[in-house]
Amino acid sequence: MKHYLNTLYVTTQGAYLAKDGECVLVRVEGEDRLRLPIHGLGGIVCFGQVSCSPFLLGHCAENGVGVSFLTERGRFLARVQGPVSGNVLLRREQYRRADDPAASAAAARCLLTGKIANCRAVLLRTARDHEDKVNAGALRGAAERLADCGRRLDPGLPLDVLRGIEGEAGNAYFEVFDHLLTNQKEEFRFSVRSRRPPLDRINCLLSFLYALLAHDVRSALESVGLDPAVGFLHRDRPGRPGLALDLMEEFRPVLADRLALSLVNLGQVQARGFRVEENGAVRMDDDTRKAVLVAYQKRKQEEMRHPFLDEKAPLGLMPYLQALLFARWLRGDLDGYPPFLWR
Amino acid sequence: MFVLVSYDVKTEDGDGRRRLRRIAKACQDYGQRVQYSVFECIVDPAQWTKLRARLLREMNSEEDSLRFYFLGSNWQRRVEHVGAKPALDLEGPLVI
Repeated sequence: MKHYLNTLYVTTQGAYLAKDGECVLVRVEGEDRLRLPIHGLGGIVCFGQVSCSPFLLGHCAENGVGVSFLTERGRFLARVQGPVSGNVLLRREQYRRADDPAASAAAARCLLTGKIANCRAVLLRTARDHEDKVNAGALRGAAERLADCGRRLDPGLPLDVLRGIEGEAGNAYFEVFDHLLTNQKEEFRFSVRSRRPPLDRINCLLSFLYALLAHDVRSALESVGLDPAVGFLHRDRPGRPGLALDLMEEFRPVLADRLALSLVNLGQVQARGFRVEENGAVRMDDDTRKAVLVAYQKRKQEEMRHPFLDEKAPLGLMPYLQALLFARWLRGDLDGYPPFLWR
Repeated sequence: MFVLVSYDVKTEDGDGRRRLRRIAKACQDYGQRVQYSVFECIVDPAQWTKLRARLLREMNSEEDSLRFYFLGSNWQRRVEHVGAKPALDLEGPLVI
């Protein structure tokens, strides 16, 4: 099986990344800070004012290492990717199915099943573990509503109806999201999902984690030869990685939402690590951002058993395995796409 | 897997210094320098074969010596560091 490769996050402003033999050399103010052999890397994510030498970018492209550039605050800017790998026939099949309303509804249905099941698992897990601290009744109620949404995902439903159910499930989930916090409740109160810009601390955390997850899912799709831009649930729009967003749906609750919650609940991020700007946007400071990156990397290294393949792998490899299963479904090796179910 | 590479190269003449440079470079391409002539490499078997071949090509078996220690994939518990210049955990979170 594919080995789980590490991701390098560069948040130091003014850092310069260069190629040195087979290594990535990180230089800050003329001083060599880090030298990493490229073989151990799966991706590089640069925040803000970080520059890369053209030779390094070429070397990364050759070795299949994706390089993403984000603003200092984590908004996606650009990505450098090597020659498109994989199979044309696979990609053609992806386009064909995306053009076919019935086939894309079938894919969307599987993706939504995974999303709803995982959201539900997150709610029930907290209700069970923190019976005394949270409003477990409200959580169970919402979980019941999610289960109901899941049951209504009948085969043959058109995409619009599926999107309606998705919206309903999203509402039910985020309505009780605030109850999942057991600590620092006042400082991190969640009322409604806001983005571009996030208007409170918890939304700020979520948006940042979603950006990291998007980088990983996108790399996973590209490494199995799928086109991340052509989605099924998310329709085409220039510059939008539709399929990456599709595949992210099932991972959001597990890799991002739960991580944000445990960062807050365990006090790994503090209210004073966030700043409110004039326009109401909430931003993290540098230390908080680093703490979140470290926690995210650690989370990805946790092992779990893949529910469908029944094999143990680090969480960070799960998007890759799902991308592989998705490709198998497109190729016709699987009758349906088995979503990632978290227990 | 985790391989510890250490070398001793005779550097009395220019040729020896050249070998030393080239061996160090090869190790650096695959691993992390933890002491002057000690490298920790996290490689898969294919990469290891390449590195090993490259090292053997560079060395002069009359004068230099190379030692490889295989610590497997469960190496974390087998390495202890004391003192200055702690090594970077290449498999841990990499944030700078």
